[in-house]
Amino acid sequence: MMLAAEKIEFSYPRADVLKKISFALSEGDCLAILGPNGAGKSTILKCLNKILVPQKGVVYINGTDTSSIDNRMLAQTVGYIAQRQEHSRKTVFDVVLLGRKPYIKWDVTSKDIALVEEILQAFGLDDYAMRYTDELSGGELQKVMIARALAQQPKILLMDEPTSSLDLKNQLEVICTVKEVVQKKGVSAVVTMHDLNLALRFANKYMLLKEGQVFAYGGPEIITERAIKEVYDVDVAFVEYEGVPVVVPL
Amino acid sequence: MVREDAITAKSASYHKYIVKKKLIILLLVVAAVLMAFLSINAGAISISLRDVVATVLGSGDDRTLAVVKNIRLPRVITGMLAGAGLSVAGCIMQNNLRNPLASPMTLGIANAAAFGANVAIIVFGAGSILSTGLGEVQISNPYLVTILAFFFAILSTVLIIALARLKSFSPESIVLAGVALSSLFSAGTMMIQYFAADTVRVAAVIFWTFGDLGRASWREIWLLAALTLVSLGYFFLHRWDYNALDSGEETAKSLGVKVEKVRLGGMFVSSLITAVSVSFLGVIGFIGLVAPHMTRRIIGTDLRYLIPASAAMGGLLLLSADTISRVIISPQTLPIGAVTSFLGAPLFLYLLIRGYERK
Repeated sequence: MMLAAEKIEFSYPRADVLKKISFALSEGDCLAILGPNGAGKSTILKCLNKILVPQKGVVYINGTDTSSIDNRMLAQTVGYIAQRQEHSRKTVFDVVLLGRKPYIKWDVTSKDIALVEEILQAFGLDDYAMRYTDELSGGELQKVMIARALAQQPKILLMDEPTSSLDLKNQLEVICTVKEVVQKKGVSAVVTMHDLNLALRFANKYMLLKEGQVFAYGGPEIITERAIKEVYDVDVAFVEYEGVPVVVPL
Repeated sequence: MVREDAITAKSASYHKYIVKKKLIILLLVVAAVLMAFLSINAGAISISLRDVVATVLGSGDDRTLAVVKNIRLPRVITGMLAGAGLSVAGCIMQNNLRNPLASPMTLGIANAAAFGANVAIIVFGAGSILSTGLGEVQISNPYLVTILAFFFAILSTVLIIALARLKSFSPESIVLAGVALSSLFSAGTMMIQYFAADTVRVAAVIFWTFGDLGRASWREIWLLAALTLVSLGYFFLHRWDYNALDSGEETAKSLGVKVEKVRLGGMFVSSLITAVSVSFLGVIGFIGLVAPHMTRRIIGTDLRYLIPASAAMGGLLLLSADTISRVIISPQTLPIGAVTSFLGAPLFLYLLIRGYERK
């Protein structure tokens, strides 16, 4: 298994957030973590790459316990895109170049520069290379963040609500980019989302989270009207469009 | 082929962008060196620029050599070192705490050092001032003042870091701890001055807090130089960690940075520079706040270039302020702390107002 979590538990001083979360992903798998606000979606992602350290349970990457992996080595395997992007005024090129941080010994090499150029080209961002990130639209910025994570040459990509602040067009663009990366580069992805329909378009595994616990985990078959009612307390119906199930709130 | 050409063009524009940043650093260094010569040239005893250059190169007359070697050169080197150190310390504090208002002054380290000087001069009597021919005052036991100022500056740093650790080292908690300790040390200073039996000692301690680049002797300059250069090297070594921190704590961690360790190291070393500068020279406000902000506007936020550029800018600004303080009402010398504060306070207010507008 590329990435596996075994009964991970995490709590803040005054609140239990995660209870016995387990899942396993193979190469090329894409897991969408779904659930209402405060269910613990972001906390799971943070526990997977040691941003937070779970109090109980183990996270494995290729069979190795992540607690025994050095931070720098872990960053060469796992790319992470935070929900809230904080950045000072930097060019797109410099932001993507920062993705080479886990490999930099003294300074960036010509190999690092070449790789960044290649990624920018692949993402259609080469015209933006010398522009500052605060001049970009939300969709462009999100693409830059994915490009930065890919500059880490990761095997696993973690994305915390990558589409939450984007308009419909940009949501689709970002999700298509992620899907392409997963398919072409063979990376595994874990994505937290709110939009069930968007999730149903690209993920092959799903986790429904309720109050810090796994309510359901598996393929698209777990996304049912009953499950959504239980987790979100909303009545929905399913219709099918071009073979893809579409969730319609009632 | 087309793709390769596009990549080469992009590489060329990035290369040009980097060369521009390096040129800016070079220009700042050249400006600081020119300012150093001007500063040696300026003062109550008139020495021509040609004589200054000749003396620095080792071929001046004895009188000029005595003035340059014993008075002006130590002052200029002290200004360069303290300016560079305080500026980079501010730059790293702002980066580490992700707070544009963080600086050695606003975090209360300077106030702690001033408290130490008060204890030395008023409580331990290190400040029986001597009236010189020019009516100036001198501290009779500068070593005790320096040692106690340094002790309290370091104590304040250790306290800030220890308090912050209790709150998982969040940047907000460090700034708040700094503000709280700053108030505490200011209150302590007021109390000592209020209950001082000897008003002459109070005058001496006020004189000390003015800040003066002329206080450091060659022995102290060597110590200041060693510490500043080692610290700058330490910061430069961590420049990529600081760049990652600029993208937020979570992103930095995901890029393999040991955030708490990097922050602890950065804060400790920048506090150490501040403690040494303040204890040798007195309170020199706002260089640590103004210089990094000015540099950021010129060269951008990339710490690879911001660290050396801030060092050069700090040296340039402090030397300029010192030169102004010596020539503006010559032969009298204005307190350097006041000149740097006149420069820094408006910018501080501007930053505050801009911060509120953004919210």
